[in-house]
Amino acid sequence: MATSRHRSRRAGASQPATVALRGWLLAHARCSLESLGRLHRRWLTSLLTTLVIGIALALPTGLYIVAKNLDTLSSSWHRSIQISLYLKQDVAADDGAALAQRLASDDDIEQTHFISAAQGLADFRKNSGFGAAIDALGKNPLPGVIEVTPRASMPAAAVSELVERLGRNTSVERAEMDQAWLRRLTAILGLVSRASWVIGLLLSAAVLFIVGNTIRLDIENRREEIEVMKLLGATDAFIRRPFLYSGIWYGLLGSILALVVLGGCYIALGGPLATLTASYNGSLETRGLGSGGALGVLAIGILLGWAGCAISVNRRLAAIEPR
Amino acid sequence: MTDIVAFQDVAKRYPGGKIALENVSLTLARGEMAFLTGHSGAGKSTLMKLIGLIERPTRGQVVINGIDLARVPRRQIPRYRQRLGLIFQNYNLLFDRTVFDNVALPLVIRGIAHRDIARRVRAALDTVGLLSHERKFPITLSGGEQQRIGIARAVVDRPYLLLADEPTGNLDPALSADIMRLFHRLNETGTSIMIATHAVDLVERMGHRRIALDHGHLDGQLAHESTGA
Repeated sequence: MATSRHRSRRAGASQPATVALRGWLLAHARCSLESLGRLHRRWLTSLLTTLVIGIALALPTGLYIVAKNLDTLSSSWHRSIQISLYLKQDVAADDGAALAQRLASDDDIEQTHFISAAQGLADFRKNSGFGAAIDALGKNPLPGVIEVTPRASMPAAAVSELVERLGRNTSVERAEMDQAWLRRLTAILGLVSRASWVIGLLLSAAVLFIVGNTIRLDIENRREEIEVMKLLGATDAFIRRPFLYSGIWYGLLGSILALVVLGGCYIALGGPLATLTASYNGSLETRGLGSGGALGVLAIGILLGWAGCAISVNRRLAAIEPR
Repeated sequence: MTDIVAFQDVAKRYPGGKIALENVSLTLARGEMAFLTGHSGAGKSTLMKLIGLIERPTRGQVVINGIDLARVPRRQIPRYRQRLGLIFQNYNLLFDRTVFDNVALPLVIRGIAHRDIARRVRAALDTVGLLSHERKFPITLSGGEQQRIGIARAVVDRPYLLLADEPTGNLDPALSADIMRLFHRLNETGTSIMIATHAVDLVERMGHRRIALDHGHLDGQLAHESTGA
């Protein structure tokens, strides 16, 4: 083809590949800056689009952070689970201690702590102030108790199995643990975590549509310009490029805004949150998004902006032909 | 191949049955300048559109600079157009860019290195006599100046063929004569030029070959007549 022969002769003779590559990179850099300038010139539209994208990204990300922190919280609660084994009245203190020791070597059990009936009574007398009343009973009403701490990170189902197994021990009158609330909590956490993904998907679709629509309007506004460029021999890729960069800028600015919004939320919630963590004596640590997560949000934003634009732009540009 | 433009039995029928061109055969020699004249609706614009690959012929062959246009696939059209210089009645300038950026556009599209762009844009602006206007915006210029910018943009990438569709359609006679003289000078430097116009009186004074269209047919008597420059 004669046209390509012209081209290769002109480009090939004077320009080595590195120069061509540098020129290509420069063209892209200039194009991306031009797109940014265009966003700036129509700042109100750009701002609104960016705001919507920012909020759409901040919502699921915030929910994700909440779910992650509640998860940490629940596992710290998990660690504090204790099973109380109330021993039968006829089990001697020595036998109770021996049983506690035997149980401690069980694979499912982290540690055990034996409280003899006498010690239990002494503690009760000291803490409750009902000493005189207890004396009046004449006989120790309290059973020996073994406090069993299950292995950490044990699933809820396994913990209830353990409770059942311990309850079958002949020395044990009753094994107790309030576990229904734990199961519910775990279920709720699962729900919140799933919801953050579902909402995230829905809002991502929304971001695609928002960017696509903004770019569609932009293309309509620049229809004549696009026709002129096509008449001058601009390829579709050349015409598409500034629009794709607009999409990328929208995505990037939107995700930065999302991070700012989340930072604002964190500051706003800071007071009550500090009170809550303090009540856990510092054993509870709140976690933010982290730098990795923040980069992830930026990447997702850029990807969504680019994709929303790409979907919209290809179809629209094909429809514009010079007449 | 000495002809830059060669039409062989070309017909163009638009959807709906309107016949725009019928059995048109004509040539434009390399380095020649010719006027395409005729009443409005005679097929001048259609002929220009066939050369610019904005339309495809229903029948016949169009060969431009040795390229059979029937063999240029859609994907290759941009590259083909890059080597043409197109000039329009309404100038088709981009109003959000400076004069410099408008003229530079074909070079930017071609991916020419930045430092070469500045040199060539200034050379083109100098040719049309508007070098001092490079930082202005087109909206601040008169119609004649805007058309000069359009011409600078068309010649900046040294096309092998300049195509102008009613370039003086929106200009008064004095400015029109100016623009035509500019085309004449460009032709003297070797550029092949085809100008569609209905300003017949202007054309006759210029003394270039005239290709007359009438209801889609070539006007036989005028087609091969050279009024002698």
